[in-house]
Amino acid sequence: MQILKPIGNSVLYVGQTVGEMIALLCEMLYFFKEAPRNLTSIFRQMSIVGIETLPIAMLVALFVGMVLSVQTGSELALYGTQEAIGAIVGLSMVKELGPVMTSLLVAGRVGSSMAAEIGAMQVYEEIDALKTLEINPVRYLAMPRLIACLFAVPALVAFAMVVGIIGGGIVAEVNPKIDVPFNVYYENMTRAINYKDIVKGLFKAMVFGGIIAHVGCYVGFKTSGGARGIGESTTRSVVLSFLLIMIANYLLTRFMI
Amino acid sequence: MFSDDKSNDGSFLGNFWAKVAHGFSPAIIEGETCQIYHEGSNGVSIEIEKLNKSFGDHHVLKDIDLSIKPGETFSIIGPSGTGKSLLLKHIVKLIEADSGRIIINGHDIEDPEARNGSSDFRYSMVFQSSALFNSLTVGENVGLWLREKRICAEVRIRRIIQEKLRLVGLEGKEELRTSELSGGMKKRVAIARSLAMNPDLILYDEPTAELDPVTSDELARVIMSLKDKVKLTTIIVSHDLNFALYLSDRVAMMHDGKVIALGTPEEIKKSQNPIVRNFIYTTTKGIQGEGD
Repeated sequence: MQILKPIGNSVLYVGQTVGEMIALLCEMLYFFKEAPRNLTSIFRQMSIVGIETLPIAMLVALFVGMVLSVQTGSELALYGTQEAIGAIVGLSMVKELGPVMTSLLVAGRVGSSMAAEIGAMQVYEEIDALKTLEINPVRYLAMPRLIACLFAVPALVAFAMVVGIIGGGIVAEVNPKIDVPFNVYYENMTRAINYKDIVKGLFKAMVFGGIIAHVGCYVGFKTSGGARGIGESTTRSVVLSFLLIMIANYLLTRFMI
Repeated sequence: MFSDDKSNDGSFLGNFWAKVAHGFSPAIIEGETCQIYHEGSNGVSIEIEKLNKSFGDHHVLKDIDLSIKPGETFSIIGPSGTGKSLLLKHIVKLIEADSGRIIINGHDIEDPEARNGSSDFRYSMVFQSSALFNSLTVGENVGLWLREKRICAEVRIRRIIQEKLRLVGLEGKEELRTSELSGGMKKRVAIARSLAMNPDLILYDEPTAELDPVTSDELARVIMSLKDKVKLTTIIVSHDLNFALYLSDRVAMMHDGKVIALGTPEEIKKSQNPIVRNFIYTTTKGIQGEGD
């Protein structure tokens, strides 16, 4: 019986967490109708998620494209098929690496910051203050973040796709082992990628953006225990976001293939 | 970039910015009027009956019974950990009681139909940490409720902000960031933010915590002056005895989750209850030289 107790507690904890997350998501979706009166806050969050993350997302995407090109291109060159590098880098960036790498970056940079900010507000009674001011914290804090992530993450991913493909193209051109001219790389890439691949990649990014905001806000609202609690929430939001993004990535890929 | 405090000079651009800053809901009021926002506050009566609250095995509030009159300044004193702040959080519905009732103006606060029509009242709380929003300026903090509730035109909101800041001695500080404020100023901004609601009931949770004696005195003067200017019911939770006794019409002392003494400041000072005497005459913040 002693063995069953921790198992039962864990099951209850997971059940409670899932239930609370679903309840929060429903509440955030309910408050979408209030979005027009929260435009300032939504734009501010879009600026944080999108514009402030853009430089680092571009840098990461550039190097991901370059590494992909140099590793795959070198191998393909052994069989004289290096011209296919454009298709490989393009499809990888559009279908997988662009959405996933960028979303993980946003989860680490923005999701953790959301959890820390809302967590600090929880610890320092600002959430309680909002409630006494008759302002719903989910409408005021969570809904604008969710909407911002739903739009800003796909926008970031679109930039990341382009920059990653350009990075791959540069390496393919200048690396003597690969030596594929940019126009050949580009033609190969455009032949392989179709409109639906891009839409699917951006749809994935939108789902991942939703996960990042949802997890960041949930973990923030559940924060307790002072500075240490805020630190723990930051870590928890990153771990949970990464995990859910990976699970969602598999499921979306499975059903969109 | 998206500051709410861009001035609306009435021009097309000014009006457009006001709509962007405050959303496109039709509830934006034109002119200088306010909807719902009555200028005067009316104190409320509060009855607390057999209130109980436990956290696990820890029974924190034990059969609390209290009666507070409209317009009264009522203090709850006692050592840390006796449930004073918890009691306040029950009154503002941040926490739900295990049993018992809180009746404000004759209506149970847990009754969903209680707050309507003539029984409607507003309450506000000044938190121990001030709980100001760091991302907003002083003016934006004070005007937050008015802007969120969308019951006043922007011109009128600015006037209310100025008026409330003047009441707490912070006239002209609208543009300051909260990080630029001292502890005492933060408390006063929190009070101004509460006053912007024109509450009928205002609750202070340890208002002098983390303040030096001079700043505590300043704060006491602010609350005293509000007592004269604004007719509202005030509840103060404090372990600063001098502060509580100086400001209050009546005082309740809590110990171990129960109210063990209730009366005017003079009655509390003369109490023969050994726990009360021990608290008010032997603590370093207590009353010196009157106990013997």
